[in-house]
Amino acid sequence: MKSKADVVIIGGGVNGCSLAYKLAKKGLDVVVLEKKYLSSGATGACGAGIRQQWSTRENALLAIKSVKMFEQLSRELGQDIEFRQGGYLIAVHDEKEMEQAEKNVAMQRSLGLKVDILKPEEITSVVPILDVQGMKAIGATFCPTDGHANPFRTTFAYADAARSLGAEINTHTTVMNLKITKKAIRTVVTDKGSIQTNVVVNAAGIDSKGIAEMVHIHLPLTPMRKEIMATERLQPLFEAMVISFKDGIYFSQQKEGQIVGGIPIPEEKGGYKTMPTFRFLEHMSRTLTRYAPMLKHVNLLRHWTGFYDVTPDARPILGEVKGIKGFLQCNGFSGHGFMISPMVTELLTDLIVEGKTSEVLQNLTLDRFKDNNIEKELSVVG
Amino acid sequence: MKRSIVCRCEDISEEDVIHAIDEGYTDIEELRKKLRIGMGPCQGRVCIQIVARILEKKTGKKVATTPLPTVRPPIIPVSLGTLASENDEK
Repeated sequence: MKSKADVVIIGGGVNGCSLAYKLAKKGLDVVVLEKKYLSSGATGACGAGIRQQWSTRENALLAIKSVKMFEQLSRELGQDIEFRQGGYLIAVHDEKEMEQAEKNVAMQRSLGLKVDILKPEEITSVVPILDVQGMKAIGATFCPTDGHANPFRTTFAYADAARSLGAEINTHTTVMNLKITKKAIRTVVTDKGSIQTNVVVNAAGIDSKGIAEMVHIHLPLTPMRKEIMATERLQPLFEAMVISFKDGIYFSQQKEGQIVGGIPIPEEKGGYKTMPTFRFLEHMSRTLTRYAPMLKHVNLLRHWTGFYDVTPDARPILGEVKGIKGFLQCNGFSGHGFMISPMVTELLTDLIVEGKTSEVLQNLTLDRFKDNNIEKELSVVG
Repeated sequence: MKRSIVCRCEDISEEDVIHAIDEGYTDIEELRKKLRIGMGPCQGRVCIQIVARILEKKTGKKVATTPLPTVRPPIIPVSLGTLASENDEK
């Protein structure tokens, strides 16, 4: 392992690997430290969705710009990341939800996004297997350029590209301590040796909290256990991701043909427990077959657990922390780190390489919680 | 062309596994995510042992020390209709 680097990134998920690639491309000497294997955390357990329909301007902006980058990514990295734009159909169940949906759509359209509000009878023209009465929908919003990609392939493609540009990626390497001198980051201590550096990026998912505590910074992150399931492979049935904020369900059909989806268990509390539960299978299968009755004949193959690192406003914590020079955050994604990773890592690259900050980055620093200057993201699912 | 199939569910050959190991994917979980081995209906019962053996041949990592991938229930496929019909929703 190198003993010196320009930037050390803690965490080998999609954000860590994407940032490593972008910094290496700018000529920086980058080291990635991953406790387990690449994509072993939230990235590898995620629902793979890429959505631009958000309620807060920052998230919508990050997502819209990220989609533009996802469109080019397979070509840029030289590997197929299986990006597909089948759209996101968001079910609307009552008048109150419709009011919020109209507000969201107006904001999203002001940013140049094409989003439509669908009547109940238009829902099945987008996703034919849905039962509009069963799902109790009075309408929906639909954005045709939303979609999904393969999170493993995306992470591995970034990692391969980063390595070929000279970045060093160390898996099965645990960060033990961070050392600061004169209020600036100096050393990262791992179980395989120490690295001298002036910039450390904390992109460790739910473990980001523990990393920050090494230098006495408190991050308001709560680990929320989430379960997801995958069915057997089927012929192509529908292209859109179907989600509902009220029921919390989301599901889509992936490139290989399997339907992947999740739903929160109503009585679930935060914590680090990883065991999948039968309660999830019951709740998921009932809700999914209510939305799409024909799926009752389809076999479920696997279900698994992942974590959302949830912040009080469901928006990420990005950029430098006040008081410690060179200690950057890239965490708190609250369940949507994959879909905004291209733009997040672009902004952090600008910050690290040119010292350039932006309005979005400034609104998403850790300081916003101290000033209580928070606007909660409402469009959260899963 | 002759292909030795390692994973029947996802149609992955010995050459595919060797190629991935050569690319640097030497962790059984990474190989699984790269190639989808163990993600089909058999959940790895057919392929994982063979992949572990190829890994041993290529890298020297002993089969006995290669951890099995995380078990993801259910053990056998179950239809969504069966799962949904167990009891009435509370």
